[in-house]
Amino acid sequence: MCAELLPERIALDEWGYPILDERPLPTELVSHAQRAAQACPTFALLVERKRD
Amino acid sequence: MSTGLNSTTAELEPILDGTAPPPAASLPRLLEGVPAHGAMSLREHLDTHGELPSSRRRDQRSAAALIDQIEQAGLGGRGGAGFPMAKKMRTVAAGRGKPIVVVNATEGEPASLKDRTLLETLPHLVLDGIALAARAIGADEAILCVCESAGVGFDCAAQAIAERDQLRGYWPRILLSSAPQGYVAGHESALVNHLNGGPGKPTFSPPLPFERGVRRRPTLVNNVETVAHVALIARHGPRWFRELGLADQPGSTLVTLSGPLAYPGVYEVEYGASLSSLLDAAGGTTTRVRAVLFGGYAGTWVDGASLPTLVLSNAHLAPHGASLGAGVVLLLSELACPVAETARVTRWLAGESAGQCGPCIHGLDALAQTLEEVCRGGARGDAMARIEQLSMLVNRRGACAHPDGTVRFVTSAADVFAEELADHARYGACEACARQPELPLPTNRQPITAA
Amino acid sequence: MSPLLAATGPSAYWYLTRSTGAVALILLTLALALGVVDVRRWSSETWPRFVVDSLHRNVSLLALAFLCLHILTAVLDSFAPISLINAVIPFTGTYRPFWLGLGALSFDLILAVIVTSLLRRWMGHSTWRAIHWLTYASWPIALLHGLGTGSDVKSTWMLAISIGCLIVVIGAVLVRVAAGWPDHLAKRSAALGAAGIFTLGLFLWLPGGPLGKEWARRSGTPATLLGHSSHASSGGGAGGSSASTSSASGASASASPEENR
Repeated sequence: MCAELLPERIALDEWGYPILDERPLPTELVSHAQRAAQACPTFALLVERKRD
Repeated sequence: MSTGLNSTTAELEPILDGTAPPPAASLPRLLEGVPAHGAMSLREHLDTHGELPSSRRRDQRSAAALIDQIEQAGLGGRGGAGFPMAKKMRTVAAGRGKPIVVVNATEGEPASLKDRTLLETLPHLVLDGIALAARAIGADEAILCVCESAGVGFDCAAQAIAERDQLRGYWPRILLSSAPQGYVAGHESALVNHLNGGPGKPTFSPPLPFERGVRRRPTLVNNVETVAHVALIARHGPRWFRELGLADQPGSTLVTLSGPLAYPGVYEVEYGASLSSLLDAAGGTTTRVRAVLFGGYAGTWVDGASLPTLVLSNAHLAPHGASLGAGVVLLLSELACPVAETARVTRWLAGESAGQCGPCIHGLDALAQTLEEVCRGGARGDAMARIEQLSMLVNRRGACAHPDGTVRFVTSAADVFAEELADHARYGACEACARQPELPLPTNRQPITAA
Repeated sequence: MSPLLAATGPSAYWYLTRSTGAVALILLTLALALGVVDVRRWSSETWPRFVVDSLHRNVSLLALAFLCLHILTAVLDSFAPISLINAVIPFTGTYRPFWLGLGALSFDLILAVIVTSLLRRWMGHSTWRAIHWLTYASWPIALLHGLGTGSDVKSTWMLAISIGCLIVVIGAVLVRVAAGWPDHLAKRSAALGAAGIFTLGLFLWLPGGPLGKEWARRSGTPATLLGHSSHASSGGGAGGSSASTSSASGASASASPEENR
């Protein structure tokens, strides 16, 4: 589901597990990323704020 | 040797009163005086290595001094990661709550026997080290973890603990614990999970054991060989320790040397020794060597042609993409089929997955399957490209380093054994495929005698 | 509650509690079916998985909302002596205690499932999952509650809704059990067995139970609320109840809601 909600940064491997593009998120994608993280059934995804 | 602390010359002085003269700066050190059969008794241990550590509980200065000594000695972990021991001890000592010491003698690596050797022949050296480490960080509890399948080692450790219990002045009391068998069960967080009553599987998330481990206390987890070195550094000092080895990797270490050799077994070497000198000490090879595996089944293959130039230190092995890991040096003879051997070990590694992360469960299985197909000759299309693709999909996508280790093992095999792999892909199984496997796995582990 | 309103027939609350009950049953059925679709990871071009998942969650919340209305209106209605306590603590009432109690039980289970789902982040995955399976228990209990207490059980439309929902749930359970067959064979067989026994038992019980004679009395309606025998009801007689209308608050002789049960 996360790949559906954030296709810009998440792809699925051949077994359906997410492959994450770890580049920093532009502002407009942050809310989508949070939604993707909340949708995960096992809460395996985290949206982190990184200090420069 | 002066005892106690001296603030100006304290740095390189040992902190214990020794009754034996300082040993020569040579090998053996850990393996000094190892009896031909059975474990060294307490009396023999004292005769060989000298007095036991002081037992004054409140001797904080000497406790802190020990950590300084270990730092100056540059002791790194002997469990494979080589993390600086002093740094780890300081971090745990500074944690919230009373620290606790856990010593890992589970040795889940099938190609390694050094930890078992230490337990079965030198239990008192190990117990000394545990006690010293515990006091140095302010812990009053220590747990020695032994694999549930290690019957002899468990008994030797239990007996040694019993011997000490009868005498005064041995603290903290060391508890023996039986840990589940399994390749990933020896991982630091897996061990802590098991001790906390959970499954022996690595954990995903923080906090790490040094912050909150066993019973939510800061936990010092070390390989059993590392604490054995602590027992000697406390007696003879960091300067003595550094007389062997290299500046960036000082001291001696135990290596499990196996394969087509006259005398395979556990040897003590100094870092920086040449592989050839070790092979000579083992009576030389009995066949030509196709390749050598460093570090164990999560390690790296190096072509046999490089053998004469190889030196036993991580810095020297790094250009080959290899490291000593937990001191495993495994030779593969020219008579074996490297494809069959690699496929067999990869299948075993896939089975050892803790089963917590999808990419590891599926990816390692797919890697093993691809190798098996190549071995049989039934591989479709470009199997090598598939191996590469799978390796990229699996690397660093698990909660622990198990899939990464398997990837390292397989990709280095694909590199070193490229020719044999291509032959198998095209023509199928070779005669050597049917041979008795050389690489040891728990189901068929050949007994290797200690040196 | 004004006595005047009570004297003129069943209150609006009584009708509301029945209708919200029916809607809640339909929504719970839909939520369960969507839950199976969700866990089976079904999706299509126009129905991505996150939509199925969101729909499942939202329909469940809507079902809970209707359930709360159903309970509220039942409590507010003055005909049957149902207090808020009776509605949430099972088997404590005087009005058809067993059958109403089933409703309270079902509500408690559903509440547990929804609360744990909202707090999912703070509990282990396996704990959450184990509790979530209670939905498979809450649904048949809700159905039995509706059949046992419902005023409309003999009406065609309500029966049709109940049977229709049952068919959907049986279908969902079959799909769920079939996934990954034959792993955990014992659990799957037990689930199939339970579903089969429940359905069979239901059809054996219905004709002699709620669809049979004098169900209102047999199910535990307080004697004071049972209507006159002189009024024919679609169920073939309200039985030889001797309760007089003067003692019942809100029950009038000509339009006793009980007669229609």
